[in-house]
Amino acid sequence: MKQYRAHLLVCAGTGCVSCGSFKIKEALESEIKKRNLQDEVQVVATGCNGFCERGPIVMVQPDGIFYQLLKVEDVPHLVEEHLLKGRPVKKLMYVPPAEEQPVPKMKDIEFFKHQRLIVLRNRGRIDPEKVEEYIAFDGYEAMAKALTEMTPAAIIDEILFSGLRGRGGAGFPTGKKWAVCAKEKGTPKYLICNGDEGDPGAFMDRSVLEADPHAVLEGMVIGAKAIGASKGYVYIRHEYPLALKRVEIAIAQAHDNGLLGEDILGTGFSFDLEIVQGAGAFVSGEESALIASIEGRIAMPRQRPPYPAQKGLWGKPTVINNVETWATVPNIIRRGADWFQGLGTETSKGTKIFSLVGKINNTGLVEVPMGITLREIVYGIGGGIPDKRDFKAIQIGGPSGGCLPAKLLDLPVDYESLTAAGAMMGSGGMIVMDDKTCMVDIAKYFLNFLQDESCGKCVSCREGTQRMYEIVKGITEGKGKESDLALLEELATICKDASMCALGQTAGNPVLTTLRYFRHEYEAHILDKRCPAGVCKSLIRYVVLAEKCTGCQSCKKACPNDCIKGTLKDVHLIDQTKCIKCGACKEACRFEAIEEQREEAIQIV
Amino acid sequence: MAGKKKLSIQDLAKIREKTKSMMTIREGEGRARVTVHMGTCGIAAGARDIMDALLGEISKAKIQDVIVTTSGCAGLCNAEPMATVEIKNQPPVKYGHLTPEKMQKIFVQHILGGKMVTDLVLAVGSETVY
Repeated sequence: MKQYRAHLLVCAGTGCVSCGSFKIKEALESEIKKRNLQDEVQVVATGCNGFCERGPIVMVQPDGIFYQLLKVEDVPHLVEEHLLKGRPVKKLMYVPPAEEQPVPKMKDIEFFKHQRLIVLRNRGRIDPEKVEEYIAFDGYEAMAKALTEMTPAAIIDEILFSGLRGRGGAGFPTGKKWAVCAKEKGTPKYLICNGDEGDPGAFMDRSVLEADPHAVLEGMVIGAKAIGASKGYVYIRHEYPLALKRVEIAIAQAHDNGLLGEDILGTGFSFDLEIVQGAGAFVSGEESALIASIEGRIAMPRQRPPYPAQKGLWGKPTVINNVETWATVPNIIRRGADWFQGLGTETSKGTKIFSLVGKINNTGLVEVPMGITLREIVYGIGGGIPDKRDFKAIQIGGPSGGCLPAKLLDLPVDYESLTAAGAMMGSGGMIVMDDKTCMVDIAKYFLNFLQDESCGKCVSCREGTQRMYEIVKGITEGKGKESDLALLEELATICKDASMCALGQTAGNPVLTTLRYFRHEYEAHILDKRCPAGVCKSLIRYVVLAEKCTGCQSCKKACPNDCIKGTLKDVHLIDQTKCIKCGACKEACRFEAIEEQREEAIQIV
Repeated sequence: MAGKKKLSIQDLAKIREKTKSMMTIREGEGRARVTVHMGTCGIAAGARDIMDALLGEISKAKIQDVIVTTSGCAGLCNAEPMATVEIKNQPPVKYGHLTPEKMQKIFVQHILGGKMVTDLVLAVGSETVY
């Protein structure tokens, strides 16, 4: 490795890669060469920076300058100005919404300022494909400590005392799980890393695997020593090709360097890892289904107990933890349980990664201390709602989670508060919705997802999700009855009580929380046949206002379904039987002569 | 480091020390920051040679926590090539009319030794920024 005066850290997470960050990297390298700066300036591909909304992103160190939304054409100017002449390029910097002045430094940008990085500490900082860069930032130090200075019991005590709880959703104390497995007599014992991230809009695990794969490996070796396992599996869904590639590289490098395999670091301890690719079914993220999938069977959950810690993979004691949980472990061992204990709330310790998506200015991935309020996340880090619209709800915890309304914005984010409010921590997906979102439509979306993904083993879930979907779909189409709401509540409750795994047990949450906080919207759909947000197409119609129409024919040309009639300079007419409610005519009209009607009762044909 | 040699715990520490020093720059911290002024005037007056001399000295001295950056014209074009040295917690010091030899002297005496090279100093402190 050479000494360089500047490092260009190009974000190469999936988000930025799909926006062309590898092309930016190539362009930077060739431009730097052209300027003969290749011995002074290094270009590095890093993991996801988190601010995916603004990709492709390049960070220039040591100045800490943050460049965003880069295009290949910008590169020559950037290299000449910043690297040759030392003048950071303002027009490529981030400008906060509703402001005019750019914010040059990453540490001053609101999105980054309030985050607290533990699991993502190496994101945007190291090249995830180089083990030595991981080692440079204290990588494998915790593993060395665990293998040489700590007994298995001491490791478990440390994790137990830290208060770490599973980051995959249920929030079970990690140390307890390990202790149960360590006590089991059966051998061999196995470890599994659950990287089957299936929530729509969630990408925490993918990002950790892409940005810092060695952290997951290190955590697993420490876990292996704690419970006495000699073999582990990293289960990653095949839709994550970049994560798969980076973990493959990491495992190979760890092998080559004696950080994995036989006699790790010369300590006599042996542990090996293998990658298993999942085919991508939501239910595979459930631990017993995931185990079945590794064994080569259909991913269907089974009755528990016995829990995997007692009888897991091939009937042997198995610890299965989520990606984020494993990546937290080395930090606790290295810096001590006391330090971790000091972060977060009474019952929820440490930090949690959330993917922040939906109607929010700063879409991306954030790591925040537990106990932070939803308001701080949405308005502080997230920069609020685009187009100055109003916040309506935030969906937390994926399809199993719930929608929380504006009055709960000051709710602290911890396991207990979220569950009490009807949502759940889940794996950490947060979908922000504005006033143009219909909550009944949202419930329909999640129910459709769940009825598709239900494995079909339990009647309550298989039939329950399907029936709930049909009812909610009917409501959005104006076919709802007053008795539907009670029936929905009953179905959701039965699904919760009678299903075997967490998928079914939580499948009612989208319905129950929207009913709890947005009942008036259901009632508007059912009683008034009206969709207050104007989303449900059966409940709106577009009409031409005769007094405003000039007969310019713009709407007629814009209509994709040829359902607007009218000759030049005559008032036009929309054929309601053919209208697909796309709204293209309204957008095309320059005279505000097309109205979207949703107030009055509309006859359903 | 793609070799097949298995690492020991001591090796791990060695790699950490060696690599970390190369990467302190990514944290944006160091004992000193040297800015070589590379506006058009600076480049024309030979700022490139000053930069080369500085980078050469740094690698010769095998230290890694000196941050080198460039900046535009400092406004005093007739004093180019110029460089500004900022030692941690001290006001910035501007040097002018540099040559590679003068840069070497500044590196040894000021950056490593902590003592200003008074006869080469143009100004101490920075302009007030409104």
